[in-house]
Amino acid sequence: MPHRIEIFLKKPEMDVYGEKLKKRIRRDTGIDTGRILTSDIYNIGLELDTEKLNFVAREVFLDKVINDYSIDKVAFGEPVFYLEVGLLPGVTDDVGRTAEESVAIALGLDGSDRFKVFYSRGFAFYSDRISKEQVERIARDILSNELIQGFRVFSRDELRKAGGRIPPWFPQVRLSRSPEVKNFSLSSMSDEELLNLSRERTLVLNLIEMKTIRDHFNDPEVRRIRRESGISEEITDVELECIAQTWSEHCKHKIFNALIEYKDTETGKTEKIDSLFRSFIRKTTEEVRAEKGAKDICVSVFSDNAGVIRFNEKFNLVFKVETHNSPSALDPYGGALTGIVGVNRDPLGTGKGSKLIFNTDVFCFASPFYSKPLPPRILHPLRILEGVREGVEHGGNKSGIPTINGSVVFDDSYLGKPLVFCGTAGILPVQVCKEPGESKEIRENDLIVMVGGRIGADGIHGATFSSEELHSGSPSTAVQIGDPITQKRMSDFLLMARDLCLYRTLTDNGAGGLSSSVGELAGICGGAEIDLVKAPLKYHGLNPFEILISESQERMTVVVPPDTIDEFLGLSKKFNVESTVLGRFTKSGYFDIRYDGKRVGFINLDFLHNGNRQMQLKAEWKTQSIRSCSFDKPANLSDILHRLLSSLNICSKHYFVRQYDHEVQGGSVLKPLVGKDNNGPSDAGIIRPDLTSFEGVVVSHGILPRYSNQDAYAMAACAIDEAVRNYIAAGGDPEHMAGLDNFCWPDPVESPKNPDGKYKLAQLVRANKAVYDVCTYYGIPLISGKDSMKNDYIWEQVRISVLPTLLFSVIGKIEDVRNAVSMDFKKAGDLIYIAGLTDPRMAYSEYFYLMGKESETEVPRPHKEINREIFYRLHNLMKMRLIWSCHDVSDGGLAVALAESAFAGGFGAETDIGKVPLTSPMREDFILFSETPGRFILTVDEKDKEQFESLMKGVPFALLGNVRDSANLVVKNGDRVLFSESIGSLMESFLKTLDF
Amino acid sequence: MEKVNAIVVSGNGINCEMEMAHALRLAGADRVDIVNIFSLLDGDVDVLDYNFINFAGGFLDGDNLGSARAGAVRIRFAKIRKTEERLLDRIISFIDRGGLILGVCNGFQLLVKLGLLPGFDNNYTEQRVTLTFNSSGRFEDRWVTLRANKKSDCVFTRGIDTIYLPVRHGEGRFLTDNDDTLKRLEKDNQIVLQYVRQKGEEFTAEYPYNPNGSVLGIAGICSKDGRIFGLMPHPEAFLHRTNHPRWFREELPEEGDGLRLFVNAVTYLKNR
Repeated sequence: MPHRIEIFLKKPEMDVYGEKLKKRIRRDTGIDTGRILTSDIYNIGLELDTEKLNFVAREVFLDKVINDYSIDKVAFGEPVFYLEVGLLPGVTDDVGRTAEESVAIALGLDGSDRFKVFYSRGFAFYSDRISKEQVERIARDILSNELIQGFRVFSRDELRKAGGRIPPWFPQVRLSRSPEVKNFSLSSMSDEELLNLSRERTLVLNLIEMKTIRDHFNDPEVRRIRRESGISEEITDVELECIAQTWSEHCKHKIFNALIEYKDTETGKTEKIDSLFRSFIRKTTEEVRAEKGAKDICVSVFSDNAGVIRFNEKFNLVFKVETHNSPSALDPYGGALTGIVGVNRDPLGTGKGSKLIFNTDVFCFASPFYSKPLPPRILHPLRILEGVREGVEHGGNKSGIPTINGSVVFDDSYLGKPLVFCGTAGILPVQVCKEPGESKEIRENDLIVMVGGRIGADGIHGATFSSEELHSGSPSTAVQIGDPITQKRMSDFLLMARDLCLYRTLTDNGAGGLSSSVGELAGICGGAEIDLVKAPLKYHGLNPFEILISESQERMTVVVPPDTIDEFLGLSKKFNVESTVLGRFTKSGYFDIRYDGKRVGFINLDFLHNGNRQMQLKAEWKTQSIRSCSFDKPANLSDILHRLLSSLNICSKHYFVRQYDHEVQGGSVLKPLVGKDNNGPSDAGIIRPDLTSFEGVVVSHGILPRYSNQDAYAMAACAIDEAVRNYIAAGGDPEHMAGLDNFCWPDPVESPKNPDGKYKLAQLVRANKAVYDVCTYYGIPLISGKDSMKNDYIWEQVRISVLPTLLFSVIGKIEDVRNAVSMDFKKAGDLIYIAGLTDPRMAYSEYFYLMGKESETEVPRPHKEINREIFYRLHNLMKMRLIWSCHDVSDGGLAVALAESAFAGGFGAETDIGKVPLTSPMREDFILFSETPGRFILTVDEKDKEQFESLMKGVPFALLGNVRDSANLVVKNGDRVLFSESIGSLMESFLKTLDF
Repeated sequence: MEKVNAIVVSGNGINCEMEMAHALRLAGADRVDIVNIFSLLDGDVDVLDYNFINFAGGFLDGDNLGSARAGAVRIRFAKIRKTEERLLDRIISFIDRGGLILGVCNGFQLLVKLGLLPGFDNNYTEQRVTLTFNSSGRFEDRWVTLRANKKSDCVFTRGIDTIYLPVRHGEGRFLTDNDDTLKRLEKDNQIVLQYVRQKGEEFTAEYPYNPNGSVLGIAGICSKDGRIFGLMPHPEAFLHRTNHPRWFREELPEEGDGLRLFVNAVTYLKNR
């Protein structure tokens, strides 16, 4: 019988978690709970006498300064209700795992494998006014998620009757089944049966793909080989699942590789696009690299888990951005946590392995203040926001990786699925063990070693599940929860093993688990054989196919030569990391999968990797008619400015930033919040990855989904311009930058349930055209990217699709971080300039949303030629240290940028917007709030006026006024004052909205 | 002149070892080794080969049982391989030999939970104080102003009046088991650093200047003789002026405030 040790606070008034919870419950449900006391419960599956139990409680779990404990009896005396929340069977319990280890150490037991500890939490409610139904609602809506957690409520009477003794929370997985392998007779199946099979097993394969598989396995030659190889002629579930993972949209990017017929109904022209990826993304990189010639910065692009560019003579830079949208919709905390620790494994698994140096995060949510009824199975946006924020906090902070850049975008199209972009960069030595750090060589007989966590049923069908829309039957096993400490131990060990030359290369186990990682590596060498029975499991009873495709976290697949395997395994054991040899690489041409020696899968690698036929899709573009602006200039422009500063997309995100460690590793140069009171929003992040050098890494991003409402071309072009602007504003070198594209789209494949698929695909085509046009012009090679193509929610008649969204990230270098520039005004008397050209394209600007007229006029587009010239000029001026502050003009336009630079600097300013360079005469409100790309607000010391202006000659720029030692931002048009607002009140508007 | 041999403990969730080692090198330590805690437990490396132990920040065992608690269990109970000695026994021998110990953030939490601090009457195994969840209920990364206690014998803060450093923690609220402990810390000048609103002021309880609700604004304490020192703020995160959040706008010396703590420690060892 397991025991229950409950730890609680001696002084109830110390319970800050309970207090915070009380407030949150009142805010989110309106229930006044009265006092809530909380506790930590360790449910220990060990027979222990009272003395030992007390010893364990005191020595392992108790902080005797503040805690007390109770054994096998509910703490807190007799509350009105007592609620316990714990995990469901099989869900990662990192606290429980740490407790197992600690109890084993304290008791001197050998290893912690022999018993389980499960963690749960207790909540005591004392108010007489609260009902059991209300406690259950709190449990359901706030404290637990039915996909991963369970709860139980006890009333005072029930506790009394039981003498306070309730059974421990012990969600042990018990699978009584013995592992089995199924065969499918595909040849005898009708089309309908094939599709049913695909659906039932969440294979997400379409009919053509199912038929392709059937035909392959029907091939007499294939059948002969199978007979001779001692495997069933019919396909096994192991093989079917492996192929489905490998061919999933998530892994194979079928839409980006499809043959597309793109019709522009306006011009009447039709063009054939043979793969968006090849025609636009890869082509961009090839052309930019060719043009840069000797100045090419690319080292490894598109071929590995992350892109690699040059940094200096010692290190290359590695960067990858991923999304984790579907899991975050189901379980925001676990989904986001897995998103960040998952993308960490991409640079870690690139080449010979990188040390991770920073994270970036961009989230897209519906309004946290959303008040309409929610469709079924959708969590409230505020709950998603809190869960995602916390998941990334734990994933990033506990891994010791600074979160240095990010943003949060709000639009109600993200109600059905939030977008959670997580990025990680690393540094990879140019040389590792006398070989290039990025090399991915594998030789025959090299061993396949799985390193890190164990395999459970969690995360089964993650790759295929994320490749379909969210529906009522989405499997909860698709949810996984990361365990940062297990991963930290693993990555510490791997980097040590790397530098001791103990392995050749490695890759991560993410989507598709072993089927993808070993399957991909097998492609490099020409074959692999593994025995799944060797894989360490979290619990018994998993079927071979489950072991193969499970996405249980914190695992890498490492390629170890036979002559270093003993040393590798020895080091692994020393550092408390589990490593297991699963098989070896061969040149057989097959992915040879066994279970306890018996062949359960024998898949031709050429078929696995190249067997699925190219999709053929249709795209049709309809240009929207443009309406002119239907409203007059508002009388009170300062009121508009205040409302823009408080709007969700512009307001301060300090609530997020402060809870993320952005300085660990000691190389912080440009922080997310800067200025006199440390609350001005930075344009980019800069760190020094090597503390002995002043060379810095600059990272920034752009994201403007609103513009897709009119034209996804403009959306993508403006997102890229914004990313580059942010990069340049902070001091990044325009010669040394690279881009990453992350497309998150609503389903672009037309079908009866998706009637406007052709239009969405046309939007995708146009976004790709913009990526090519702008990146080739700005000289940005694309080094890595990812697409997520099914960001829809469907429930009966309700369909919620995300806006077509491109997140464009830029990574690059600043030669000397001491030349970096922040966005806050620095000193009174400095001259305020605007660089760039302003035009009256106002559609979908924050200003037009505020006025309820977002669809009027044209959507903004960059002036590529001018902007590129400005980027280079500004960078040179920064190297000469002539620029004291620089801020990119984006959401909310010039007025917002001026206000931010002023209050961040703690200075007033006087400016004349009549001087702003325009394409044509414009209304005052348009000049103030236009979001035309390519513009900067910057300050220059008075004495450098002539030099600055002569060096800017030839590009549009203008002197708007100067920084004042005053408390007000004064904006004039000529001599007429439009408004004069105190910087304190502007700052207050900026800070208040998301100040939870 | 004594050589300065510094060890920076890493691994198992510790994550500030690189910048800690860099700080020690900049401060002039003769030898700086980053050593994984599992190598110490394996007996590969012995802390007695050093005279300066550094416990860097991070999340030992993920702080899964509360900050540094599982880490403390390991050091108190796990036997060093092939010996009957625990790592804690070696650390106590190290203290007896006169070495210096610095614990930053998670390292400070570890020192406190082991009982190495405050170490009343040379009892290094009894927990008398704690660092627990911030009053705000959240992890925060923000810079704070700290006043040093000039009367303290702490070797790390000699000559320091006020310093500016970042805190990055969710569990930094300093509390004692009772008032007598607090009084004794005060009386013996073991309270080394306190959160203040600004230079020249007394300690503050006001958020966010006091970021976590620590009693008496305590940010760092030392042993009575000043050789064992723990603090929540991160000195290793401010070694160069470009680490300062406002270096873009303020005239600052090239070296960051945090480096001075390390220079003091190294100088003390070299000169004794």
